[in-house]
Amino acid sequence: MIDYAVMFGFFAVSVALVLNLWRLLSGPSLMDRVLAIDTMVINSIALIILFGIQQRTTVFFESALLFAMFGFISTVAYCRFVLRGDVIE
Amino acid sequence: MSLALIVMLPFLGAVLPALMIRAGRGACAIATGSVTLLAFALLLTHVPAVLRGEVVQVGWEWLPALGLNVTFMLDGLGLLFAGLILGIGLLIIIYARFYLSKDDPMGAFYTYLLLFQGAMVGIVMSDNILLLLVFWELTSLSSFLLIGFWRHLPEGRQGARMALAVTGAGGLSMIAGMLILGNIAGSYELSVILQNRELIQASPLYLPALILILGGCFTKSAQFPFHFWLPHAMAAPTPVSAYLHSATMVKAGIFLMARMWPVLAGTDAWFYLVSTAGLATMVIAAWIALFKDDLKGLLAFSTVSHLGLVTMLFGFGTPMAAVAGVFHIINHASFKAALFMNAGIVDHETGTRDVKRLGGLLFLMPITATMAMIAAASMAGMPLLNGFLSKEMMLEEAAQTSWAGQGWIVPVLATLGAVFSVAYSFRYIVHVFFGPKRDDYPAKPHDPPAGLWLPPALLVALVVLIGLFPETFAGALVRVAAGAVIGAQVPDFHLSIWHGFTPALWMSVVAVVVGLTLLRLYPRVRALWQAGPHPEAKAMFDAVIDSVVLASRLLVLGLHNGSLQRYLAFMIGAAVVLGFAAFFGTTHAPGGRDTLPVGWAVMVPWVMLLATALLGVVLHRYRFVALIIIGVVGLVVSIGFVYLSAPDLALTQISVEVATVILILLALYFLPKSSPIESTNGRRLRDALLAGVGGLGVGALAWAVMTRDFATLSGYYLEQAKPAGGGTNVVNVILVDFRGFDTFGEIIVLGVAALAIFALLDGALRGRIARSLEGWVPDDPVSADRHPIMMVVVTRVMLPLALIVGVYIFLRGHNMPGGGFIAGLVVSIALIMQYMASGFGWAQQQMRVDYHAMIGAGVLIAAATGIAAMVMGYPFLTSAFDYFHLPIVGEFELTSAMPFDIGVFLTVVGAVMLALAQLSNMGLRLANLPVNTRPMDFDPAALRADGGKER
Repeated sequence: MIDYAVMFGFFAVSVALVLNLWRLLSGPSLMDRVLAIDTMVINSIALIILFGIQQRTTVFFESALLFAMFGFISTVAYCRFVLRGDVIE
Repeated sequence: MSLALIVMLPFLGAVLPALMIRAGRGACAIATGSVTLLAFALLLTHVPAVLRGEVVQVGWEWLPALGLNVTFMLDGLGLLFAGLILGIGLLIIIYARFYLSKDDPMGAFYTYLLLFQGAMVGIVMSDNILLLLVFWELTSLSSFLLIGFWRHLPEGRQGARMALAVTGAGGLSMIAGMLILGNIAGSYELSVILQNRELIQASPLYLPALILILGGCFTKSAQFPFHFWLPHAMAAPTPVSAYLHSATMVKAGIFLMARMWPVLAGTDAWFYLVSTAGLATMVIAAWIALFKDDLKGLLAFSTVSHLGLVTMLFGFGTPMAAVAGVFHIINHASFKAALFMNAGIVDHETGTRDVKRLGGLLFLMPITATMAMIAAASMAGMPLLNGFLSKEMMLEEAAQTSWAGQGWIVPVLATLGAVFSVAYSFRYIVHVFFGPKRDDYPAKPHDPPAGLWLPPALLVALVVLIGLFPETFAGALVRVAAGAVIGAQVPDFHLSIWHGFTPALWMSVVAVVVGLTLLRLYPRVRALWQAGPHPEAKAMFDAVIDSVVLASRLLVLGLHNGSLQRYLAFMIGAAVVLGFAAFFGTTHAPGGRDTLPVGWAVMVPWVMLLATALLGVVLHRYRFVALIIIGVVGLVVSIGFVYLSAPDLALTQISVEVATVILILLALYFLPKSSPIESTNGRRLRDALLAGVGGLGVGALAWAVMTRDFATLSGYYLEQAKPAGGGTNVVNVILVDFRGFDTFGEIIVLGVAALAIFALLDGALRGRIARSLEGWVPDDPVSADRHPIMMVVVTRVMLPLALIVGVYIFLRGHNMPGGGFIAGLVVSIALIMQYMASGFGWAQQQMRVDYHAMIGAGVLIAAATGIAAMVMGYPFLTSAFDYFHLPIVGEFELTSAMPFDIGVFLTVVGAVMLALAQLSNMGLRLANLPVNTRPMDFDPAALRADGGKER
């Protein structure tokens, strides 16, 4: 049963990633692209967790943890750059 | 042992004057003098043994694999030279104390002098020729410092540079020659080489070795045509000239010729090369000396001439000529050092050393004049003085030498040299001290204080004593030194004033008569000289140097034009050509390994990678967009590491991505936001081709490797990680244990890189770049909210969580994915968050940590771990681990790799933070905004403190 759930998860996340990719490629504004990569990070976390469930291992958990903790930092940095120019002022 | 101490004392003592100068100039001079005196006294303790004909030796192995050993020996020749170097050195130290003015940095002067002295003593006492070369180079370097001592004078700097260039080039030639010589003889020990005369002279490499070694000797001893640097070195303070050009530096070449005499001399090549160079130098330099108006210039060319004389004598290759050469070294050192000091006195007391402005000083400076007359008369070769004796012996040898079958050439030219020598020596006496008294001296002349005239007076006394009683005062030394030069039985000789009516006596008479006549007719002779050509050696030297600089600049700039695209094109192009040539040069079978299945969930990130890479190519001119795209590439690579079972790499990649993005964004703030189009279509096509072919090549290579089975090192590490390293995370065990030394090197590099970034940006904040950035304004409109409340709150909450994650990842590192490097990155990012939220100035005030010190502490802790292993008797960085049991905690493991990992952690945090902090510091300075006193622009806590007025 869990395998089917994971399969479905993979499918859903993959579709989401493809849509993110579309947003990244087409833009049109800078913020669209920034949001695209931010969402991609979120979906990647899902991907990694799903992969861990599928493989019955916890060894990838920390990767997901780091993504969750720091993924937004890049986004914040991009935004600060757009808003203020200087990331650390 | 004391032999090595003689060499080491001047080096060890070189710190003394630099320290003692604080106690005054007198104390400084006394300290310096004591060092030299001690070395001289140590040398004297060996005199009895050396005079008995023994060779004192001492030595240790240094780098036996290279044949480089610290071995010293003292024989007669070494004793003679070491005695001259230390003895005259002592006199020079006294003289310099009174010569240097209050403005001259005397401590530095004596330090240079002692370094030079040590290097010279090292040359004359080395038994190993590689060690000798080391000291040889040291004399070039330390003499550079001495000659350029008055660095405010352009002549001093140029003279020093020229001396360094010429003697340095000679040193290179010498190295090559010595290596060849050592190769022929099969040993670099002089004592072995000197026993192998037949072997060396029979070798086909004898001639190249000879020419190369002579190249070093001739440049050092200022032999024609390399003589030109010596007169320019006269820009040095007079004590330096007196020391370098009478007894030491220029005698080093002579010394080496004497040292190598037993193995190199006696062939036709030696005779023609050495005696011809010596003869030409002797005559030409003496002729030029006659027309030099600068006293030191006159003495400089006279020195060159006398060096030529000695070189010629060694060139003759006969034992008796070698005896004469050795004797003349002693005599020349004594009268020439005295004369240089004398010229210095004249310069010091009258304010000029231009002969044309001098004259009539005899009764104004009687002591100085008396000493000058004795020393110069000795230089002229007048009887009853020591110069006469060795010059007689030289003329005697010259009279017996035939050059290319012509018996008259050498005697006639030698006499001619003697004629000029008499003329310029007497010119020194007559034109400076005789003639009418003048009233236009720049200063009022009078005899100097005793400190200035006593040292030369001692030498003048020696001149007279050796002149009168040669056998008593110099006989033994000459015999033992000549014995060392000849290496066999010394011919039976007796140093005496009267040899009967020999040809040499008549040649001397001719020299004196003609020389004095020349001086009497000086104006006419000078007019004759004025009419002739005067090749300017300095101009020629400068022209040569300029053309060399131009040529190398053309070459370097031709290859290295500063274009990154160009370097990449050449590098990748070379790799592509080599790779494809190798690939098509042989046959290949396809790999037989089964490929892994690819699921559709894996295809999605793969498509993302392809698409973003392509997008990056298209949009790379929009730098910000390109940066976002690179972020996606990094993301996919991280997922790839997870999928391909490399969780350590994934963790590292994720954290590195974040730090990199922030770093580049910080830099991008100061850069144009889009790249201009500078390349032509042709060049872009070339680059596209190169990139395409290179990428395909690498891809194919990776494919080829992955479709084949091969043995890797992984198996060994996987097996040994637990039993040998005490950890189950192989990656971490490799980093901190198996390849700990590599990691140690890497963290040092990381720290150095961070410091370099700091230094470069710190420099940029001052100077030209800072001025050009001052007028700089941000090119995009900016939001008013500098420190948004939401971000401040979130990052503050995140900080402890992130730090806990950092500790967790650090602690589990040895057995599970993690470790000091990743933990360092995690903690760095946690800190950077605070900097981003509340600004650099505010966050820096809260972080009371010096990142420089952090880097240093990290490297030191890692090093201490390694050294602890050494203390226990194991090799550097050997690790140990054991299991312990504590109540509540349970069983746990402690490894010595843990503190090492702490070192890695600290270095990483320090390096990342230092680089980021400095970059943002730069932005802060440019923005000219005040440092905020509160963490955020709108602070609710501040409102509450105000009594909630706004509520």
